[in-house]
Amino acid sequence: MNAHPDHHVIVAPPGDDIAKGDLLMEVKNVSLAFGGVKAITDISFDVRKGEIRAIIGPNGAGKTSMLNVINGFYTPQVGTITFRGQERRAMKPHHAVRQGIARTFQNVALFKGMSTLDNIMAGRSVLMKRSIGWQMLWHGPALAEEIEHREKVEEIIDFLEIEHIRRTPVGKLPYGLQKRVELGRALAMEPSLLLLDEPMAGMNLEEKEDMSRFILDVNQQRGTTIALIEHDMGVVMDLSDRVVVLDYGKKIADGAPDEVKNNQAVIDAYLGVPH
Amino acid sequence: MESLHSIFVAPFADMFAAPDFFLQVVWEGLVSGVLYALIALGFVLIYKSSRIFNFAQGIMVVFAALTLVGLHERGVPALLAVPLTLVVMFFLAVAIERVVLRPLVNQPDIILFMATIGVTLFLIGLGETIFGGENKVMITSELGIPTGSWIMEPFGGFVSIEQKDVTAVVGAVILVVALLVFLNKSKMGRAIRALGDDHQAALSVGISLSTIWVLVWFIAGIIALATGIVWGARAGVSFALEVIALKALPVLMLGGLESVTGAIVGGLAIGILEKVFEIYWGQPLLGGNTEAWFAYMLALLVLLVRPQGLFGEKIIERV
Amino acid sequence: MFYRVAGQYKTSYQADYALFPVKQDALLLALILVVAFVVFPLTASDFMFRALLIPVLIYALAALGLNILTGYAGQLSLGTGAFMGVGAYACYKLVTIFPELNIIVAIALSGFFSAAVGVAFGLPSLRIKGFYLAIATLAAQFFLVWLFQKWAWLYNYNASGAIQVPNTQMFGVTVTGARASAMSQYFVVLSVVCIVTFLAINITRGRIGRTWKAVRDMDIAAELVGINLMKAKLSAFFVSSYIVGIAGALFVFLWRGAAEADLFDIQLSFRVLFIAIIGGLGSILGNYLGALLIVALPVIIGTVPALFGLPISSAMVEHLNTMIIGALIIGFLIVEPHGLARFWAVIREKLIIWPFPH
Repeated sequence: MNAHPDHHVIVAPPGDDIAKGDLLMEVKNVSLAFGGVKAITDISFDVRKGEIRAIIGPNGAGKTSMLNVINGFYTPQVGTITFRGQERRAMKPHHAVRQGIARTFQNVALFKGMSTLDNIMAGRSVLMKRSIGWQMLWHGPALAEEIEHREKVEEIIDFLEIEHIRRTPVGKLPYGLQKRVELGRALAMEPSLLLLDEPMAGMNLEEKEDMSRFILDVNQQRGTTIALIEHDMGVVMDLSDRVVVLDYGKKIADGAPDEVKNNQAVIDAYLGVPH
Repeated sequence: MESLHSIFVAPFADMFAAPDFFLQVVWEGLVSGVLYALIALGFVLIYKSSRIFNFAQGIMVVFAALTLVGLHERGVPALLAVPLTLVVMFFLAVAIERVVLRPLVNQPDIILFMATIGVTLFLIGLGETIFGGENKVMITSELGIPTGSWIMEPFGGFVSIEQKDVTAVVGAVILVVALLVFLNKSKMGRAIRALGDDHQAALSVGISLSTIWVLVWFIAGIIALATGIVWGARAGVSFALEVIALKALPVLMLGGLESVTGAIVGGLAIGILEKVFEIYWGQPLLGGNTEAWFAYMLALLVLLVRPQGLFGEKIIERV
Repeated sequence: MFYRVAGQYKTSYQADYALFPVKQDALLLALILVVAFVVFPLTASDFMFRALLIPVLIYALAALGLNILTGYAGQLSLGTGAFMGVGAYACYKLVTIFPELNIIVAIALSGFFSAAVGVAFGLPSLRIKGFYLAIATLAAQFFLVWLFQKWAWLYNYNASGAIQVPNTQMFGVTVTGARASAMSQYFVVLSVVCIVTFLAINITRGRIGRTWKAVRDMDIAAELVGINLMKAKLSAFFVSSYIVGIAGALFVFLWRGAAEADLFDIQLSFRVLFIAIIGGLGSILGNYLGALLIVALPVIIGTVPALFGLPISSAMVEHLNTMIIGALIIGFLIVEPHGLARFWAVIREKLIIWPFPH
């Protein structure tokens, strides 16, 4: 292990160079269209280090598309994204991961045939470096690396209280637990920005409370910056530091939860005032 | 320069020098293309209605032809053997639905695909056990298919066209038109298309899945019999047909798995192009027998440019 | 009662990552190895070696290669037979160009040729997905077999168009060619298969195995957790085709003794695919169980009815064999899509809790 003291730092920099409260990511004038259909029109907002930033809006507002742009799955036609001071527009998703952006999905996107442990370990793929030659031999450096990462993964498993399902194939788990495993996989990437797409969709009250606690703990204990999409307004208002509101692909409000809640445009969007 | 000339100039010069021969080559290719298209059609039908990549379509062709010839060998008159074979194909459809599809409903696509490979093997073994493994001759004249040939004389040369090939092409056109009318006009046909669009929605308006599956596999069986007759008339009835029938796969890939038009256009295109390539490039330059791989390579190249096939719909990836 | 895991506590991750965390599994494997390396050589006849043991091992190795691609990385391949052919022809050219080359080295090197061809035909997998990808491997299958026929240099311009395995020696023992004894060939095959299996187990349980499985289960999600799809897919094609190529070289050099292009036709691809399916996709053990079944079945069909006084022609054996394998595939997919390997896993679970199932 001593031979590679810095190999975490190379791949997923923890972002210590940016002080809490400073700019972590800036989205500037981003527009995205599929054929002639506009999904996002000229949206700008920023995310500050250490905060929980919520993105809300009615169905079809372009929230998930926005996350897809941020982590490189879609390439916007116009606009730029500056992450940790680096500006870019087109990139492959696995490059986004290497820069320190991890995410979860609206419809759980786990590896169904693999166990909880393997799913979370898969999240550390980019952090593991041993070549195929060492892996063939297994004993020695490959095993040492495996154990080193296993220890990190076990910390996450403890943290999320999923020890009992460590060996269960995730396809057999109930939905609430799958969401938790997916959060675990994202955490395993040691991101400096964590994107959560409806982390509480389809959960009952108790599960929502658990998930809220995990999100707050991640934010406070690990200092991870979080951007989340959520429909449950109670949760959004409780958790988030700042909220950006989208409607029909446009930004209609941005600010602290209380400001947003009383914003007329937001109320209209949610109550469905005709355009 | 020599080799560039022989690749890019000489073949076209040959085509222009002997246009009658070129026409003959195209006609031969077209007839094989019709047969590829027919197999691909049976395939598309099943894929559209059940998302099953039916590997067994090729062997169903062999099995239908074998049954027909086998029944005739056992003394059944040719014109009675055809409906009897259809009865056999119907029971085959019922059996496949009961034994294979029903227990495997909602399994991943790859599992169902593997199951149709199992069906393929089973039918090969069954056909060989009942009818023997040796090659057979299709009962072409007994079925009333003309076996003579017409000579035409375009461009001052001559083109020979076999009447059974013309019958095959005409028969295929009638079959395709009938199928399209059935799919677009009848209640059952609309149900099949509805199923292809959305399983859940189709079920919720009260269409029985089992009935439709049996029906679709039976139609595929009818197409298989038609294909088996015309192909058997050209090349005899043997299990070697199964390997040729695999060419329906590149046809499908080229046309897009769900497109009836794609299956037809893809089939004709591959039939003609592989023949022309073999005669003008394969035999003079590559030692011949390029028909063994040409269709696959062509489909592969097209897919690299258009991953959804020529007629398939563009896939937008979502998460 | 023999399978007692109670009391076997793991106190470190190292222990958890042992090849066999449960002691009885290791004992069972040791027993199998003793039978394979000691009991069979002392007792088996030449017929037993050539009709059963050697082909089972070689087919199992080919299925293991295919399983890495299809079972672990989820990329369907219908071109296994042709990739075996690449290994066999490469090995043939190597031993004829460099006659003093050790045969094991030649076989190990020939795998790299099939691996390179496999990667070339795997490149389309970066753009083409699912069933559409089957066309790429089919193209490889038909094109390569055609090439084996037409490219006379590959078979040293022999008039027969076939390759004939020369006699080669290792440590003074003839291991390939007409003069080799069945037992010496068996030992070579067994050793190669054991080593490759050990390496394959290690690859599949570590990081690379996880990336393969991630790509198989959901390739978009795999990309979004930072897995480089290109590397993952091509490495699967590389490793898979390497093993398949070695199996092809063994197939000709240590079993068949001679080969024509047709030997590597699509029927061979299917036979290997069936072994992988019946044995269990995504498993290592399954390949051996599947190969045993597929190789032994015709032998059983050929002999058992005769024992009951029912003579059966060799053609009929073949027909029935095809039919039964077809039925077995369907049966397995319905009862246990994960094949024989999962059956063993279930039995093992039962043994662990027997005789107190609650």
